[in-house]
Amino acid sequence: MPGPDAEMIDELLLEQVDDGSRVIDLGCGDGRLMERLRTERGCRVMGVELGEAEVTAVIGRGLSVIRADLDQGLGDIPDDSFDTAVLSQTLQQVHHPTTVLREMLRVARRALVVVPNFGHWRIRLKVIQQGRAPVTDSLPYEWYDTPNLHVCSMHDIRDLVDQLGMTAVREISIIGGRPVERAWWANLRADSALFVLERASQ
Amino acid sequence: MSIEVTTTGTPGDGSVGLVETSALRLFSPPDSLSLAGGGQLGEITVSYETYGTLSADRDNAIFVCHALTGDAHAAGHHGASSTKPGWWDDFIGPGKGLDTDRYFVICANVLGGCQGTTGPSDESPDGGTRWGLDFPFITIDDIVTVHRALIERLGIDRLLAVIGGSLGGMQVLEWAARFPDTIHSAIVLASGAKLSARGIAFNAIGRRAILVDPAFHDGDYYSHDQLPRFGLALARMVAHVTYLSEASIEMKFGRRLQEGDRLAYDLARETEFQVESYLHHQGKQFVERFDANSYLYLTRAMDYFDLAATHGSLTDALGRGDARFLVVSYSTDWLFPSSQSREVVTAMVSAERDVTMIEFESPYGHDAFLIEHEQLRGVVAPFLEQTLELVRGSS
Repeated sequence: MPGPDAEMIDELLLEQVDDGSRVIDLGCGDGRLMERLRTERGCRVMGVELGEAEVTAVIGRGLSVIRADLDQGLGDIPDDSFDTAVLSQTLQQVHHPTTVLREMLRVARRALVVVPNFGHWRIRLKVIQQGRAPVTDSLPYEWYDTPNLHVCSMHDIRDLVDQLGMTAVREISIIGGRPVERAWWANLRADSALFVLERASQ
Repeated sequence: MSIEVTTTGTPGDGSVGLVETSALRLFSPPDSLSLAGGGQLGEITVSYETYGTLSADRDNAIFVCHALTGDAHAAGHHGASSTKPGWWDDFIGPGKGLDTDRYFVICANVLGGCQGTTGPSDESPDGGTRWGLDFPFITIDDIVTVHRALIERLGIDRLLAVIGGSLGGMQVLEWAARFPDTIHSAIVLASGAKLSARGIAFNAIGRRAILVDPAFHDGDYYSHDQLPRFGLALARMVAHVTYLSEASIEMKFGRRLQEGDRLAYDLARETEFQVESYLHHQGKQFVERFDANSYLYLTRAMDYFDLAATHGSLTDALGRGDARFLVVSYSTDWLFPSSQSREVVTAMVSAERDVTMIEFESPYGHDAFLIEHEQLRGVVAPFLEQTLELVRGSS
C-alpha cells in the first residue's frame, strides 16, 4: 500500500543503510525498495513476501526473495545473516508484532521499522468528534475493511521496544510528508515514524 | 563439433514439433567413469534430445534433469503419427516455461536408466548377455558426472541453468555442489538434499515387490520369456500413491465406482473403485516402458543421496560458485515436503548465496511440478530472463 509518503520513506530507509551491507526487506512487495538498495547502495538484498504476484515481480527484477508468512517467523533464516532488516508499514498488519520484531533482531543487527502513528491529533480528533473509528488521508480504511490489525501510537511502540529488551537508537517522525528527527510533540504530529532498533545488549 | 538441432517444428504453435533422440558414446576406455561406489564403467552411451538453437556465444543452454522414470524425450513428438508428446511438453516449447525461441534445451536419459542411456538392461561388455544385477551400483554423483561429460562434449562450458524436479532436483543440487563453475543458475523443484526415511520406506516396498516376483530370476529375466511384470507394476502403484495428495486423490476419484453405483460384494473384483482401476492401469502401462532392474538401481541411487553427508554440510556443499538458485516446493507434496526445500534455502542463506524460494499452493501433491506448468512458468521465465541478462551484462 504505497501511500503518498512511500517515495520519501524509501529515501529515508536508503539513508539508514550502509553501502554494500546485507539487507533483508520483510513484506518487500514488488521489490521497489530492494531494487534501489541494490543499485543505489550496492546492498546484497533479500526479500520476504507472501503474495505470489509480488514474489513473481521481485524475481522479474532479478532479486532474490523467499515466499513466507511473517507471522510464522523467519525460521529459514539463520541468526545474524543480515546487517539490517527492514519492515516498512507492515508491523500493524501482522498478527504477532512481537514475534516479527524479535525475529528481525535475530536475523539482523539492526531493524528499521516504519509504523503509522495512530496518535496523530487528526485521528484523535475524529474519534472524539465523531465517536467512530477514524478514516483519514493517511489511514483511508473503514474499520471492517482494513489491513491494519493493530492500532498503535509512537508511545506504544516505545513501550513495546523497551519491553522486548531492545533499544531505539534513532526515531524519525514523518510530519507533513517530511522526516523530522527529535520532533516536538511527535506523537501528536507524526503521520508515521521510523524506529531504528538494536539489541539492548549491544 | 557442430550441434545438430533436432527441432523441425514450426515456431509459435507452442510445440517444438518433431524431434529425434540422439546418442553419444562417452567414457570410452581408458577414460572409464570411476563410480562413486567403487569400480569403473565404460564405455557409456548417453541418449539425449535438444530443442531450440544454441546461441553463437553458447550462453543460452539449459539442461533438464528428469525424474525417476523419465527419459530424454522431454518435448515434441517422435513421429507425425505420435499422439503422446515428451514428458514435459507443457513446459518446454516456444513461449513456454523453458522458451525454445530463446533457450537451447537439453535433456538426457540418466545413467542406469532404460531409455537409451547405458543401464542394466543393456548388453554387458563381456558380450552376449545383459548386465542385469551385474551392473555396477550407481549414485546421483555418477548420473551427474555423465550429464556433465555430455555437456562438455556438446561444447558448452557453462549452462545458463540446470533444472529438475524430484530425483531431477537431486541431480541439480549435486551438480551445483560438484561443478559449481559450470552453471549460472540452478532450479530445484519438489525435491530436497536427501530422501526422507518415508521416501526410502516406499522405495523399499517397490523393490521388494520386484525382488519377490517369481519371474525376476535374480535380475536375469531377459533370458527368460517372462518379465517381472507383477512386481514392477506393484512398485509403480505404490510409488504413484506417493505422488498424489489427499486432496488430488479425493478430487480425481473419491469413492466413485468404476462401473455402476452398487458395491458388488465380490472379492474377485479387483478394480471396483475408480482409484483401483487407475492404479492398475498405471502399473500396466509402466511395465511396457520400464525395466525392473533400472527401477531397482535408480530408487537405490535416490535412497543413497545425502548432499550434506557427502560434502560435509549443506553449507559446504552449496557454498561454492556464484550460481543463482530458485527453489520451488508445493504445499501438498508429502514425498518432498516444503521443509526439505527450506533446509536447502537456510544453507544457501548461511553461505550468502543468491537464493529465491517459493512454496506454491497446489492440490496436486508431488506431481504438481509436472501439472501446474503455468504457475511454474510465472517464476521460472523471469528467473531465466534475469539470469541471461546478468550473464550477457557481465561478459
